Amino acid sequence: MSIDRIATDGVAIDWLHFTPWTSLAGGALIGLAAALFVLLNGRIAGISGLLGAVLQGGEGRAEKAMFLLGLLLAPLLWGLFAVMPVIEFQVGWLSLLVAGLLVGLGTRYGSGCTSGHGVCGVSRLSPRSLLATLGFMASGFATVFVLRHLFGG
Amino acid sequence: MRKLTALLAGLVFGIGLLLSGMANPSKVLGFLDLAGAWDPSLLLVMLGAIGVAAAPMAWAGKRSRSLLGASMQLPVKRELDPRLIGGSLLFGIGWGIAGLCPGPAVAILFSGHWQSVVFVLAMLAGMLLFTALERRRGL
Repeated sequence: MSIDRIATDGVAIDWLHFTPWTSLAGGALIGLAAALFVLLNGRIAGISGLLGAVLQGGEGRAEKAMFLLGLLLAPLLWGLFAVMPVIEFQVGWLSLLVAGLLVGLGTRYGSGCTSGHGVCGVSRLSPRSLLATLGFMASGFATVFVLRHLFGG
Repeated sequence: MRKLTALLAGLVFGIGLLLSGMANPSKVLGFLDLAGAWDPSLLLVMLGAIGVAAAPMAWAGKRSRSLLGASMQLPVKRELDPRLIGGSLLFGIGWGIAGLCPGPAVAILFSGHWQSVVFVLAMLAGMLLFTALERRRGL
């Protein structure tokens, strides 16, 4: 596959796969959902937190489960009106197992993930969320660099 | 009523994830690969989400009850502790290996890809492991 590369300050932008408008619009919908959930239900739309709460039980479990149910049903609703977007995996089952474990453990210790810290927390200018977001972004970039460019060849 | 609004918010969230490209692990890895052919799309996802959520979040922060009368439950913790940093770094490693974070993983669970089932089961196991470790710590 040929990739149309244009170098800008040392970073080569992948213009072929860059989807500014759908990404911006999708992001706006994510922001809208987070806004609805906090204004109507008084809760933060952080997926790892919601999953943890549903697993552990406790107050507000039913409405948290309903949010997750909505998330689960989203592709079915999407499928009624449009062709499913491309979903492509690049790793095998062992990597998926390790990655899943790290994501589960890490998001619980770190009290949040891309949605809770990255979207909701950064929107609230929470120092904890800003730090967490910098942390998982940095280690995400570092991990891909190591796997693709140091070991991947 | 609040269960219905929660379901609706979850649906909108999931549609947003699918539209944005966040639900495609390949695209996420393309964003995390700064040294390769970099796909900046996910920066725009964050921008769009934060742009829409910022004002409502600020408004929510000033209220003690939601518009439907629920108590406003916003995080109150402020310490920048090692758990927050260590946990986030661990999460980022997992994110970088597979290109999946919790939201998209749940959103594509029923999309017919076995990989998402493996990932979600491992993720739930990681969360249960956390709970077990915490319980031991508390003894």
